[in-house]
Amino acid sequence: MSALTYTVSDSRTMLRRNLRRLRRYPSLTLMLVGMPIVFLLLFVYVFGGQLGDGLSSALAGGHSGRGGYLNYVTPGILLMTVAAAVQGTAIVVAMDMTGGIIDRLRTMAIARSAVLTGHVLATMIQTLASIVVVTGVAIALGFRPTADALHWLAATGLIALFAFALIWLATALGLAAKSVETASNTPMFLTFLPFLGSGFVPTATMPAGLRQFAEYQPFTPITETLRGLLTGTHIGTNGVFAVAWSVGIALASYLWARHLYAARRAG
Amino acid sequence: MTDTHQPAILATGVRKSFGEAVVLDGVDLAVAEGTIFALLGPNGAGKTTMVRILSTLIPADSGTVRVAGHDVVGEADGVRASIGVTGQFSAVDELLTGNENLQLMADLNHLGRPAGKARIDELLERFDLVEVAGRPASTYSGGMRRRLDLAMTLIGSPRVIFLDEPTTGLDPRSRRLMWDDIRELAASGVTIFLTTQYLDEADELADRIAVLDQGRIVAEGTPDELKRRIAGGHVRLQFAGPDELHAATALFEGVTPDDEKLVLNVPSDGTVASLRSLLEKLDDFRIEVEQLSIESPDLDDVFFAVTRQPTLEKEAA
Repeated sequence: MSALTYTVSDSRTMLRRNLRRLRRYPSLTLMLVGMPIVFLLLFVYVFGGQLGDGLSSALAGGHSGRGGYLNYVTPGILLMTVAAAVQGTAIVVAMDMTGGIIDRLRTMAIARSAVLTGHVLATMIQTLASIVVVTGVAIALGFRPTADALHWLAATGLIALFAFALIWLATALGLAAKSVETASNTPMFLTFLPFLGSGFVPTATMPAGLRQFAEYQPFTPITETLRGLLTGTHIGTNGVFAVAWSVGIALASYLWARHLYAARRAG
Repeated sequence: MTDTHQPAILATGVRKSFGEAVVLDGVDLAVAEGTIFALLGPNGAGKTTMVRILSTLIPADSGTVRVAGHDVVGEADGVRASIGVTGQFSAVDELLTGNENLQLMADLNHLGRPAGKARIDELLERFDLVEVAGRPASTYSGGMRRRLDLAMTLIGSPRVIFLDEPTTGLDPRSRRLMWDDIRELAASGVTIFLTTQYLDEADELADRIAVLDQGRIVAEGTPDELKRRIAGGHVRLQFAGPDELHAATALFEGVTPDDEKLVLNVPSDGTVASLRSLLEKLDDFRIEVEQLSIESPDLDDVFFAVTRQPTLEKEAA
């Protein structure tokens, strides 16, 4: 077998192992997918009526009230789902790095990249499964996207690309953490970013200072693009920024993670 | 070494520091193929660091290391393909079953389905794990976990095996079983490099022993050679109270009392003459001893012999 075949087969082996581990540790996945669902219910049923009326000018298709707000907030909740799910990535990476198994893997002649690739692919599957669950809950509550097949495809692609970026970021954070506890905390700021962007209310309603931050942070163009794809709001240049941010975060995080993994090997 | 074969492990001038702390200070080692080599030393002597360097986990600051004919830095993958490592801390996947752990190793060794399955069944049988193979490793006892760990190490049929304190924390029965496993492995022709804090373990298993103290090899030889240098173990004195213990401690050089157990270990060559002189000394100072026993050599004695002996007469043997 060639080196490439080994890389593929070792990565597949590690992927299988990691998926099996995730199945054995269901409380982690449940906790991570539960959080955005709780926020969805909270924002739609507690704040949604009032927010929907207040935001009617920003809502697609002239909807207002609770139903209109559900359509507005679901894209933000989906991105929050991604942000919450990648906490799991940091946790499982740190569990491996702080346990004895990593030393065993490092003394074996296996493809160097297989350990991290296995984690990235497994948590990618976990994250996309969480997205399916949360989308299902939103639709059950009355979320009515206007997207056609092509828009759905684009929306799925955007979420996958963004998830890929945040998973590499969380992998780096998991590698940088000295303990599993630290690893479960450091990516938490990601779950707050949808609030400090256009995930829950339009940035135009925010005070100066916060508004500038909200307009320029990556979650906002990604939220706007996803909202446009699913509910037909205006996308404009947000699409370009959404892809650029995702690719940029993915690339920088991948290089950081690779550096941390190599440095750990030497230390 | 008169062996014409290339040694399985050859280390020259290995140094390693972590910050200010010098952990290995110029270690030379040669381990002949198919033998058991024991690196003996107390906690913090640098044993684990040495294993980590030999097994490609960390680079040495200086010196050269060749394992199974490959350089550990330049040809790390060649080394990795030839070795198996069982670390001091369990390297099993707790969430996976014993069977799945072994399957993972079989897949990463690219054994292929039928060959992998056969090897797994063989190892489960050999390490007495058949009945628990379907249970998660987190439910295993300490001894079972070590056996699974070793089985995982053996899946790829390594030619050189590193065992870092393989019996630390095991009960006496599991320890005996592990010794049998190690002997069996050596009999099959693989080279074994083990670290231990116990002289009896090194004595039982090893063809050659090196004593590591503060990052240096302070003695090396066959078990018999080393034991001749130790002369004879120690005399264990049990006292009724702390007063007697401390009075006795003052009489002997280089001894440390065990205040909790009220015990003092005095190095001795085990001869009647030395025993008589020890008892006379205690009598002269009217120190009551509750119980006395003569103990066979342990690691403390080796250390006394090879690191602190210069003030006394050199080995008589």
